[in-house]
Amino acid sequence: MKIVVCIKQVPDTTEVKINPQTGTLIREGVPSIMNPDDKGGLEYALQLKDQYGAHVTVITMGLPQAEDILREALAMGVDRAILLTDRKLGGADTLATSSALAGALRTLDFDLIISGRQAIDGDTAQVGPQIAEHLDLPQVSYMEDLQFDEATKTFTIRKQTEEGYQILQMQAPCLVTALASSVKPRYMSVNGIVTAFDREVEVWGADRINVPEDRIGKTGSPTSVFKAFPKQLKPAGETFEVSPEEAVELIVNKLKEKHII
Amino acid sequence: MDFSYTKQEELFLQMIREFAEKEVKPLAAEVDEEERFPMETVEKMAKIGLMGIPIPTQYGGAGGTNIMYGMAVEELSRVCATTGVILSSHTSLCCAPILESGTEEQKQKYLPKLASGEWIGAFGLTEPNAGTDAAGQQTIAVEDGDHWVLNGSKIFITNGSYANVFIIIAMTDKSLGTKGISAFIVEKTDPGFSIGKKEKKMGIRGSATTELIFEDCRIPKDRQLGQLGKGFGLAMKTLDGGRIGIACQALGIAQGAMDETVKYTKERKQFGRSISQFQNTQFQMADLETKVQAARLLCRSAHYKKDHGIPYSADAAMAKLFAAETAMEVTTKAVQFHGGYGYTREYPVERMMRDAKITEIYEGTSEVQRMVIAGKLFK
Repeated sequence: MKIVVCIKQVPDTTEVKINPQTGTLIREGVPSIMNPDDKGGLEYALQLKDQYGAHVTVITMGLPQAEDILREALAMGVDRAILLTDRKLGGADTLATSSALAGALRTLDFDLIISGRQAIDGDTAQVGPQIAEHLDLPQVSYMEDLQFDEATKTFTIRKQTEEGYQILQMQAPCLVTALASSVKPRYMSVNGIVTAFDREVEVWGADRINVPEDRIGKTGSPTSVFKAFPKQLKPAGETFEVSPEEAVELIVNKLKEKHII
Repeated sequence: MDFSYTKQEELFLQMIREFAEKEVKPLAAEVDEEERFPMETVEKMAKIGLMGIPIPTQYGGAGGTNIMYGMAVEELSRVCATTGVILSSHTSLCCAPILESGTEEQKQKYLPKLASGEWIGAFGLTEPNAGTDAAGQQTIAVEDGDHWVLNGSKIFITNGSYANVFIIIAMTDKSLGTKGISAFIVEKTDPGFSIGKKEKKMGIRGSATTELIFEDCRIPKDRQLGQLGKGFGLAMKTLDGGRIGIACQALGIAQGAMDETVKYTKERKQFGRSISQFQNTQFQMADLETKVQAARLLCRSAHYKKDHGIPYSADAAMAKLFAAETAMEVTTKAVQFHGGYGYTREYPVERMMRDAKITEIYEGTSEVQRMVIAGKLFK
């Protein structure tokens, strides 16, 4: 089995602040990390490697310093790491990003592509599904569990939904987007860290992917950012421990207080 | 010496900090309160290769540096000094002497199991009447055909009841003084070997500190470690390495207390402002921060020398002396900054102050470190 995991380097948004004047992220001094959903996806891939001896490749598109998360992935146990980096790819929105990544993926062998559900800097959840569309692959997003049947080359996936979950099956080759909350990524091993810098990180430019220039980078991006703002945290709710009868009265009164009913 | 971290060290620091925060810190208070050896943590450490950081890969280790090992002891001790000393004793006092003085057969037999964490290691030198005066060994080893027969006891042995392998120092010829001392590898299952009483301690309460008893303990001849009569030197060399580990433990405790105090003094308001805004707090904390950073550089410099085969005995003594005394000072002041809350077990600084004290005592007291340093100065 061959698996490719798409990962992204993001600012650790637990540490990030937004400039209230410009509405943009203040990235200075903010540590960069592997996007949590991507790391969750990587863990699923490494579990398939442990179970079935899968060959795991990670790929990222980004600035040269995105090499850091590829080294981290190597230290966690992946077999191959590819950095897609080129000035021509800069300023890409989700469409241009997925076009470029799909171009790179077309040159690789895979049975399964895993991406994170969404990145914590953009929160769009678009790149994974768009890659599947570019490559004309079946896809399941919001994956929270994954089983593989070797005989039929079928993946059985548990997909999280707002109401609960769905159990879906797909045949390889296919794409899933993974949730960080459903899995605990392994730690890098000490020997993995010691050897991570002796191993190759393949650096690919735009010339390695067969995608027209008007489909990548800023020129290939129909979207532009109108405004960025921090998430507003909802205050903690009130908790009451009462009987069902009292609860009905309490809720009705609260709704009346707020003139909802 | 380069003062910046290498790429490997940066990545290692990222991993070990996350490991310490997520896996070790949540257990620290409980391990202390219940005097419980955190076996589940040791198993997690083993899984990612932390039990064999500086052991070469040919012997099943991670092939890392002693600097990385020191960073691990520091970061673990920053949140739990018990976990820090478990790793330090295992690595510095058991793996290291086998690696440095063992025969190829001994290395092949013991290091893979120790480095993988399948076995835990310990070291026995101290006896009721041989502490700082380690030459006064009363445990004796007598040749008997193809075996050595050991009799006597060791006290204050870290990892005692959980270790599978022990490096034991014993007298093989009393008439020769320190030249009649030799080192041996004893396994938990050897006949005549048993674990004695467990100490109830002020700090590092989760580490299993026990007595070891040898009653006609028979071990095969090939368990002799290093040359006959060279055991005292082996023990001193082992302690030189171990001292850097303990220095890193002390450094971690000090850093942990600094972290807690910065956080607390920013939150705690008295007289209408955070106590971190008082100059008294700022100046004292600035002095402590400077000492912590100085201790870190001493630790790093000593491990750098060990990694590069440069003599480091006095460097290790200086690192341990300074880091241990810094840990005691920082933790005592941390409790003071926390006021009444600091004296309770609601806050970790009380535990840190109790944990810090041992670093001035074990693997050579601060007085012994001064003797080592002065010995080099006036030789």
